[in-house]
Amino acid sequence: MSTEVTEVVKPVGLPRLNEPAPDFEAVTTHGVIRLSDYRGRWLILFSHPADFTPVCTTEFIAFAEIYPELQKRGVDLLGLSIDSVYSHIAWVRNIKEKTGVEIPFPIIADLNKEVATLYGMIMPGESKTETSRCVFVIDPDGILRAMIYYPLTTGRNMHEVLRLVDALQTTDKYKVATPANWKPGDKVIVPAPRTLEEAEERVKAGYECTDWYLCKKEL
Amino acid sequence: MACISADGTLTASARKILEALSESATPEEIVHVTGLPLFRVRSGLREMAQAGLVEEKEGHYSLTESGKQKL
Repeated sequence: MSTEVTEVVKPVGLPRLNEPAPDFEAVTTHGVIRLSDYRGRWLILFSHPADFTPVCTTEFIAFAEIYPELQKRGVDLLGLSIDSVYSHIAWVRNIKEKTGVEIPFPIIADLNKEVATLYGMIMPGESKTETSRCVFVIDPDGILRAMIYYPLTTGRNMHEVLRLVDALQTTDKYKVATPANWKPGDKVIVPAPRTLEEAEERVKAGYECTDWYLCKKEL
Repeated sequence: MACISADGTLTASARKILEALSESATPEEIVHVTGLPLFRVRSGLREMAQAGLVEEKEGHYSLTESGKQKL
Protein backbone atom coordinates (compact mmCIF):
# COMPACT_ATOMS: atom_id res chain seq x y z
CA MET A 1 0.00 0.00 0.00
CA SER A 2 1.37 3.37 -1.00
CA THR A 3 2.08 5.87 1.78
CA GLU A 4 2.48 8.78 -0.64
CA VAL A 5 0.49 11.81 0.44
CA THR A 6 -1.18 13.61 -2.39
CA GLU A 7 -2.43 17.16 -2.15
CA VAL A 8 -6.19 17.30 -2.12
CA VAL A 9 -7.31 20.00 -4.51
CA LYS A 10 -10.77 21.16 -3.60
CA PRO A 11 -12.69 21.79 -6.81
CA VAL A 12 -13.87 25.37 -7.08
CA GLY A 13 -16.84 26.11 -9.25
CA LEU A 14 -17.35 29.27 -11.21
CA PRO A 15 -20.47 31.30 -10.64
CA ARG A 16 -23.07 30.85 -13.33
CA LEU A 17 -24.61 33.39 -15.64
CA ASN A 18 -28.21 34.41 -15.02
CA GLU A 19 -28.10 33.14 -11.44
CA PRO A 20 -27.81 35.27 -8.28
CA ALA A 21 -24.23 36.46 -7.80
CA PRO A 22 -22.76 34.91 -4.62
CA ASP A 23 -23.31 37.23 -1.67
CA PHE A 24 -20.45 38.33 0.55
CA GLU A 25 -19.43 40.78 3.24
CA ALA A 26 -15.90 42.09 2.86
CA VAL A 27 -13.45 44.63 4.23
CA THR A 28 -12.76 47.32 1.64
CA THR A 29 -11.00 50.66 1.39
CA HIS A 30 -14.46 52.20 1.96
CA GLY A 31 -15.38 50.11 5.00
CA VAL A 32 -17.22 46.81 5.31
CA ILE A 33 -19.40 46.27 2.25
CA ARG A 34 -21.92 43.58 1.32
CA LEU A 35 -22.83 42.71 -2.24
CA SER A 36 -26.45 43.52 -1.33
CA ASP A 37 -25.42 47.13 -0.63
CA TYR A 38 -25.37 47.54 -4.42
CA ARG A 39 -28.92 46.26 -4.98
CA GLY A 40 -30.74 48.61 -7.36
CA ARG A 41 -27.50 49.55 -9.18
CA TRP A 42 -25.38 47.73 -11.74
CA LEU A 43 -22.03 46.57 -10.38
CA ILE A 44 -18.75 45.57 -11.98
CA LEU A 45 -16.83 43.42 -9.52
CA PHE A 46 -13.29 42.93 -10.78
CA SER A 47 -10.12 41.37 -9.47
CA HIS A 48 -6.47 42.19 -10.07
CA PRO A 49 -3.41 40.08 -9.20
CA ALA A 50 -1.64 42.39 -6.77
CA ASP A 51 -1.15 45.98 -5.63
CA PHE A 52 1.99 47.85 -6.73
CA THR A 53 2.37 45.84 -9.93
CA PRO A 54 2.70 47.45 -13.37
CA VAL A 55 -0.18 46.01 -15.42
CA CYS A 56 -2.60 46.40 -12.48
CA THR A 57 -1.60 50.03 -12.06
CA THR A 58 -2.37 50.78 -15.72
CA GLU A 59 -5.70 49.00 -15.32
CA PHE A 60 -6.65 50.94 -12.20
CA ILE A 61 -5.92 54.21 -13.96
CA ALA A 62 -8.00 52.99 -16.92
CA PHE A 63 -10.89 51.92 -14.67
CA ALA A 64 -10.77 55.35 -13.00
CA GLU A 65 -10.91 56.96 -16.45
CA ILE A 66 -14.10 55.14 -17.46
CA TYR A 67 -15.66 55.57 -14.00
CA PRO A 68 -17.64 58.72 -15.00
CA GLU A 69 -19.03 56.90 -18.06
CA LEU A 70 -19.99 53.93 -15.90
CA GLN A 71 -21.69 56.21 -13.39
CA LYS A 72 -23.76 57.75 -16.21
CA ARG A 73 -24.97 54.21 -16.91
CA GLY A 74 -25.80 53.53 -13.25
CA VAL A 75 -22.80 51.22 -12.80
CA ASP A 76 -20.56 51.05 -9.72
CA LEU A 77 -17.08 49.53 -9.59
CA LEU A 78 -15.65 47.30 -6.88
CA GLY A 79 -12.07 46.01 -7.08
CA LEU A 80 -10.52 43.03 -5.31
CA SER A 81 -7.15 41.45 -4.68
CA ILE A 82 -5.52 39.22 -2.09
CA ASP A 83 -3.81 42.12 -0.35
CA SER A 84 -4.40 43.91 2.94
CA VAL A 85 -6.47 47.05 3.20
CA TYR A 86 -3.29 48.90 4.23
CA SER A 87 -1.60 47.81 1.00
CA HIS A 88 -4.64 48.99 -0.98
CA ILE A 89 -4.63 52.36 0.79
CA ALA A 90 -0.89 52.81 0.19
CA TRP A 91 -1.22 51.85 -3.49
CA VAL A 92 -4.21 54.13 -4.14
CA ARG A 93 -2.34 57.01 -2.47
CA ASN A 94 0.76 56.18 -4.53
CA ILE A 95 -1.20 56.19 -7.80
CA LYS A 96 -2.60 59.61 -6.93
CA GLU A 97 0.81 60.94 -5.94
CA LYS A 98 2.62 59.63 -9.02
CA THR A 99 -0.03 60.06 -11.71
CA GLY A 100 -2.60 62.47 -10.30
CA VAL A 101 -5.36 59.90 -10.82
CA GLU A 102 -7.78 59.41 -7.94
CA ILE A 103 -9.25 55.92 -7.56
CA PRO A 104 -12.89 56.63 -6.75
CA PHE A 105 -14.14 53.09 -6.08
CA PRO A 106 -13.62 50.69 -3.14
CA ILE A 107 -11.23 47.73 -3.25
CA ILE A 108 -11.84 44.51 -1.33
CA ALA A 109 -8.96 43.30 0.84
CA ASP A 110 -9.56 39.59 0.33
CA LEU A 111 -6.70 38.25 2.43
CA ASN A 112 -8.57 35.06 3.34
CA LYS A 113 -9.51 34.52 -0.36
CA GLU A 114 -13.16 34.17 0.62
CA VAL A 115 -14.64 36.26 -2.19
CA ALA A 116 -11.99 35.13 -4.68
CA THR A 117 -12.94 31.52 -4.00
CA LEU A 118 -16.68 32.23 -4.21
CA TYR A 119 -16.21 33.74 -7.65
CA GLY A 120 -13.53 31.37 -8.97
CA MET A 121 -11.04 34.20 -9.38
CA ILE A 122 -7.95 32.13 -8.59
CA MET A 123 -6.55 30.08 -11.45
CA PRO A 124 -3.93 27.81 -9.83
CA GLY A 125 -2.37 27.15 -13.23
CA GLU A 126 -1.46 30.85 -13.31
CA SER A 127 -0.96 31.59 -9.62
CA LYS A 128 -2.13 30.08 -6.34
CA THR A 129 -1.68 33.33 -4.46
CA GLU A 130 -3.06 35.93 -6.86
CA THR A 131 -6.40 36.50 -8.50
CA SER A 132 -6.55 36.56 -12.28
CA ARG A 133 -8.01 39.56 -14.10
CA CYS A 134 -11.71 38.77 -13.76
CA VAL A 135 -14.72 40.96 -14.46
CA PHE A 136 -18.22 40.15 -13.21
CA VAL A 137 -21.14 42.28 -14.35
CA ILE A 138 -23.99 42.10 -11.85
CA ASP A 139 -27.37 43.67 -12.57
CA PRO A 140 -29.57 45.74 -10.21
CA ASP A 141 -31.39 42.57 -9.10
CA GLY A 142 -28.11 40.94 -8.06
CA ILE A 143 -28.04 38.57 -11.04
CA LEU A 144 -24.68 37.73 -12.61
CA ARG A 145 -25.00 38.78 -16.23
CA ALA A 146 -21.51 38.50 -17.71
CA MET A 147 -18.01 37.32 -16.89
CA ILE A 148 -14.66 38.08 -18.51
CA TYR A 149 -11.40 36.36 -17.57
CA TYR A 150 -8.00 37.69 -18.62
CA PRO A 151 -4.62 36.19 -17.74
CA LEU A 152 -2.07 37.86 -15.48
CA THR A 153 -0.06 39.18 -18.40
CA THR A 154 -2.84 40.94 -20.29
CA GLY A 155 -4.44 44.20 -19.22
CA ARG A 156 -8.16 44.51 -19.84
CA ASN A 157 -9.79 46.58 -22.56
CA MET A 158 -11.98 49.27 -20.98
CA HIS A 159 -13.78 49.93 -24.27
CA GLU A 160 -14.96 46.33 -24.15
CA VAL A 161 -16.09 46.70 -20.53
CA LEU A 162 -18.17 49.75 -21.48
CA ARG A 163 -19.44 48.06 -24.64
CA LEU A 164 -20.52 45.02 -22.64
CA VAL A 165 -22.47 47.19 -20.20
CA ASP A 166 -24.10 49.05 -23.09
CA ALA A 167 -25.04 45.76 -24.77
CA LEU A 168 -26.56 44.28 -21.59
CA GLN A 169 -28.53 47.42 -20.84
CA THR A 170 -29.74 47.66 -24.44
CA THR A 171 -30.83 44.02 -24.33
CA ASP A 172 -32.79 44.65 -21.13
CA LYS A 173 -34.41 47.84 -22.36
CA TYR A 174 -35.43 46.74 -25.86
CA LYS A 175 -35.58 42.92 -25.54
CA VAL A 176 -33.12 42.45 -28.39
CA ALA A 177 -29.73 40.82 -28.88
CA THR A 178 -26.57 42.46 -30.17
CA PRO A 179 -24.40 41.16 -33.02
CA ALA A 180 -20.64 40.74 -33.13
CA ASN A 181 -18.72 43.99 -32.67
CA TRP A 182 -21.94 45.84 -31.89
CA LYS A 183 -21.64 49.31 -30.47
CA PRO A 184 -24.32 51.83 -29.46
CA GLY A 185 -26.03 53.23 -32.56
CA ASP A 186 -25.58 50.04 -34.59
CA LYS A 187 -28.51 47.86 -35.64
CA VAL A 188 -29.58 45.20 -33.16
CA ILE A 189 -30.76 41.65 -33.69
CA VAL A 190 -34.40 40.75 -33.35
CA PRO A 191 -34.59 37.55 -31.28
CA ALA A 192 -34.89 34.50 -33.51
CA PRO A 193 -38.44 33.23 -34.03
CA ARG A 194 -39.33 30.05 -32.16
CA THR A 195 -42.29 28.87 -34.20
CA LEU A 196 -43.01 28.50 -37.90
CA GLU A 197 -45.77 31.08 -37.60
CA GLU A 198 -43.36 33.59 -36.01
CA ALA A 199 -40.80 32.90 -38.74
CA GLU A 200 -43.30 33.67 -41.49
CA GLU A 201 -44.50 36.81 -39.73
CA ARG A 202 -40.90 37.90 -39.20
CA VAL A 203 -40.17 38.03 -42.92
CA LYS A 204 -43.17 40.33 -43.46
CA ALA A 205 -42.42 42.57 -40.49
CA GLY A 206 -40.16 44.97 -42.37
CA TYR A 207 -36.93 44.08 -40.61
CA GLU A 208 -33.63 43.89 -42.45
CA CYS A 209 -33.47 40.09 -42.82
CA THR A 210 -30.64 38.01 -44.24
CA ASP A 211 -32.95 35.06 -43.74
CA TRP A 212 -35.86 34.28 -41.40
CA TYR A 213 -33.50 33.58 -38.45
CA LEU A 214 -31.23 36.62 -38.83
CA CYS A 215 -33.08 39.91 -38.78
CA LYS A 216 -31.82 43.29 -37.67
CA LYS A 217 -33.50 46.58 -36.88
CA GLU A 218 -32.64 50.12 -35.87
CA LEU A 219 -33.50 51.19 -32.37
CA MET B 1 -14.43 51.30 10.39
CA ALA B 2 -15.70 53.62 7.72
CA CYS B 3 -18.08 55.69 9.83
CA ILE B 4 -16.66 55.64 13.31
CA SER B 5 -12.92 56.17 13.72
CA ALA B 6 -10.85 54.17 16.18
CA ASP B 7 -11.00 57.09 18.63
CA GLY B 8 -14.82 57.08 18.50
CA THR B 9 -15.23 60.19 16.35
CA LEU B 10 -17.42 60.22 13.26
CA THR B 11 -15.93 60.35 9.78
CA ALA B 12 -17.08 63.12 7.46
CA SER B 13 -19.35 60.82 5.47
CA ALA B 14 -20.92 59.42 8.66
CA ARG B 15 -21.66 62.94 9.83
CA LYS B 16 -23.28 63.68 6.46
CA ILE B 17 -25.52 60.64 6.82
CA LEU B 18 -26.54 61.53 10.38
CA GLU B 19 -27.21 65.15 9.42
CA ALA B 20 -29.51 63.91 6.65
CA LEU B 21 -31.62 62.16 9.29
CA SER B 22 -33.33 65.20 10.79
CA GLU B 23 -36.42 63.25 9.77
CA SER B 24 -36.55 59.51 9.18
CA ALA B 25 -35.43 58.58 5.67
CA THR B 26 -34.73 55.66 3.37
CA PRO B 27 -31.19 55.01 2.11
CA GLU B 28 -32.24 56.29 -1.31
CA GLU B 29 -33.50 59.57 0.21
CA ILE B 30 -30.20 59.95 2.08
CA VAL B 31 -28.33 59.44 -1.21
CA HIS B 32 -30.39 62.25 -2.70
CA VAL B 33 -29.58 64.64 0.16
CA THR B 34 -25.91 63.76 0.69
CA GLY B 35 -24.71 62.83 -2.79
CA LEU B 36 -22.99 59.78 -1.31
CA PRO B 37 -23.10 56.50 -3.28
CA LEU B 38 -25.92 54.12 -2.36
CA PHE B 39 -23.55 51.33 -1.25
CA ARG B 40 -21.77 53.80 1.05
CA VAL B 41 -25.04 54.95 2.64
CA ARG B 42 -26.26 51.38 3.18
CA SER B 43 -22.99 50.17 4.67
CA GLY B 44 -22.70 53.31 6.81
CA LEU B 45 -26.24 52.95 8.15
CA ARG B 46 -25.53 49.31 9.02
CA GLU B 47 -22.40 50.25 10.91
CA MET B 48 -24.11 53.10 12.75
CA ALA B 49 -27.10 50.91 13.59
CA GLN B 50 -24.70 48.40 15.17
CA ALA B 51 -23.17 51.29 17.14
CA GLY B 52 -26.64 52.37 18.32
CA LEU B 53 -26.58 55.73 16.53
CA VAL B 54 -29.48 55.04 14.16
CA GLU B 55 -32.40 52.66 14.13
CA GLU B 56 -34.36 51.15 11.27
CA LYS B 57 -38.08 50.61 11.04
CA GLU B 58 -39.68 49.30 7.83
CA GLY B 59 -36.85 50.54 5.65
CA HIS B 60 -36.73 54.02 7.21
CA TYR B 61 -33.82 55.13 9.37
CA SER B 62 -33.91 57.66 12.21
CA LEU B 63 -31.50 58.96 14.82
CA THR B 64 -31.39 57.44 18.29
CA GLU B 65 -30.65 59.57 21.35
CA SER B 66 -26.98 58.54 21.05
CA GLY B 67 -27.03 59.55 17.39
CA LYS B 68 -28.45 62.97 18.25
CA GLN B 69 -25.76 63.46 20.88
CA LYS B 70 -23.04 62.67 18.34
CA LEU B 71 -24.08 65.61 16.17
